[in-house]
Amino acid sequence: MLLIGYGNPGRGDDGLGPAFSESMAARDLTSWTIDTDYQLVAEHAFDVSGHELVVFADAEIGSAEPFSFREIKPGAPEVLGSHSLVPETVLSLCETLYGVAPTAFVLGISGVEYGEVKEGLSDQAAANLTKAQAFFLDWAGRLSTA
Amino acid sequence: MGEPRLIEISPVTRVEGHGKVTIHLNSENEVDEARLHIVEFRGFERFIRGRLMWEVPVIVQRLCGICPVSHHLAAAKAMDMIAGVDQLTPTAEKMRRLMHYGQVMQSHVLHFFHLAAPDLLFGFGAPAEKRNIFEVIKEQPELGKRAVLMRKYGQEIIEATAGKKIHGTGAVPGGINRNLPIERRDHFLSSIDEMLAWAQDAVKLARDYTLEHEDLVAEFGSFPSNYMSLVREEDGALDLYHGNLRALSSTGNVIFDQLPYPQYHERLIEDVRSWSYMKFPFIKELGPEVGWYRVGPLARMNTASFIDTPIADAAHKELKAVTDGHPNNSTLANHWARMIEVVHCVEKIRELLNDPDLQGNDLVMTGERRGEGIGVIEAPRGNLIHHYQVDENDQVTYCNLIVSTTHNNEGMNRAVKDVAVKHLSGHDQITEGMLNHVEVAIRAYDPCLSCATHALGQMPLQVELFNAEGELVDSKAQSV
Repeated sequence: MLLIGYGNPGRGDDGLGPAFSESMAARDLTSWTIDTDYQLVAEHAFDVSGHELVVFADAEIGSAEPFSFREIKPGAPEVLGSHSLVPETVLSLCETLYGVAPTAFVLGISGVEYGEVKEGLSDQAAANLTKAQAFFLDWAGRLSTA
Repeated sequence: MGEPRLIEISPVTRVEGHGKVTIHLNSENEVDEARLHIVEFRGFERFIRGRLMWEVPVIVQRLCGICPVSHHLAAAKAMDMIAGVDQLTPTAEKMRRLMHYGQVMQSHVLHFFHLAAPDLLFGFGAPAEKRNIFEVIKEQPELGKRAVLMRKYGQEIIEATAGKKIHGTGAVPGGINRNLPIERRDHFLSSIDEMLAWAQDAVKLARDYTLEHEDLVAEFGSFPSNYMSLVREEDGALDLYHGNLRALSSTGNVIFDQLPYPQYHERLIEDVRSWSYMKFPFIKELGPEVGWYRVGPLARMNTASFIDTPIADAAHKELKAVTDGHPNNSTLANHWARMIEVVHCVEKIRELLNDPDLQGNDLVMTGERRGEGIGVIEAPRGNLIHHYQVDENDQVTYCNLIVSTTHNNEGMNRAVKDVAVKHLSGHDQITEGMLNHVEVAIRAYDPCLSCATHALGQMPLQVELFNAEGELVDSKAQSV
């Protein structure tokens, strides 16, 4: 299983994805491969092709909930650019290139401050991150015992 | 007789970052004026002031998620100068070079296969839904897999030398903070021959396209200009990491040669225009009208005396033969030039991987501190200048950046106008395919608009056609 946390830590709460994956990498999640990146790019299609399950962790804008978690399918090939892939496009590229598409989920963690060039999460984002971590650890734990 | 119209392509697609093209038609539907606008504002030159000098090579990578290594290395070279280090240790210089060749390789591969290939394979006027990498992959799946693996290889080289794929910390003032362990070297060597073979195939693709479409390439967005790049100090060879500045005219006459890059401001001036945040540099002695120049892969092919790796050098000779050794002024020939550089990078990576200096432990030099530093590098998109001054507390007090896309600003504007005049003038209806011709011309420069300025978020992708009253006549949605 693969977890990819992505975002720009130099843009405030946009760093939620990396903060999440780095916090998980610090734990003993032996059945998970954990990757942290600035953005989703074409070669992530190669990475996900080698896993049966993938979770994309990203910052979310405009949600009233602390976090969201949803399953996604391959799609959105029309938004394939070079530095702005969405998870659905990564899956679609994976399916097109390698003939496989793993089960995939997006974990969106709500942030509130994105505009300034600064490092560090807002208090609200940090609180949401904690809730998302608890949810994920519980979900992943149940997954491994299922 | 119709009313004057204004056409906007905003944002331009399949380039890095976001820009806007406006094409002004007169009442006869002839193109009056065409401009590439950079509508985002970069605050980095101010933002960096007050930061400590050792932070700078890491911070400036945030200018861009696409070519952070280029900014990292240009800033590090400037900080070397401030640290009083004129010559790095062999391990430090070779690790930095390895990082740089990995960066140029992956960037060029991405541009050619993902951004340019749909236009080249399906034609500039093909339906929009056809012009994307998924359609390329459907037709040539092996090409798609190679593109992913070649880019992955370059990214892994960056990770091994800089510590991270993006925003690494490898280069420090006066050197580097790591060497390359044997096991990483062996990992890269295990697939280097495959990378070289694929790079050679890519050159053939770009070469064949250029020669098979000779008439199109010769006229499409093409015009004479001056060219500038770094060349190797002793013999004028292509050198992407270090050297002196050389500028040639469109016919190959030398404007200046072997100019030490810390003296760039003695020969270059940056002009400002009201309709763009991006500056317009030109060669001082020639003035703004004729002194503008182009940089990038084709400019480097034009300025370099030769290439010091054999396969790329043979390809360079073949490209030069098309114009009898004179500078090539065809904008679309950039694609061929870009793939020659991929071969060069892979050859250089192989050479470096076989060099035991990469496992050395002498990583950082020190010297007599200076108050000013200038670092210049040949980034994937062309010449990149970083210029800093620091105070007695090591805090930055001045920063000037001239990025590749800024050097190419005038050239891109001329390409836009050339194509607009040839392909849009006199038509009652402007089709999406016609507009894509304009984008093809811009795309050939592989401009990094988020780097030339600084992007905050993502703009919706929209092409809109307005009449003289400002009414929306037509629009289309596009992907980033």
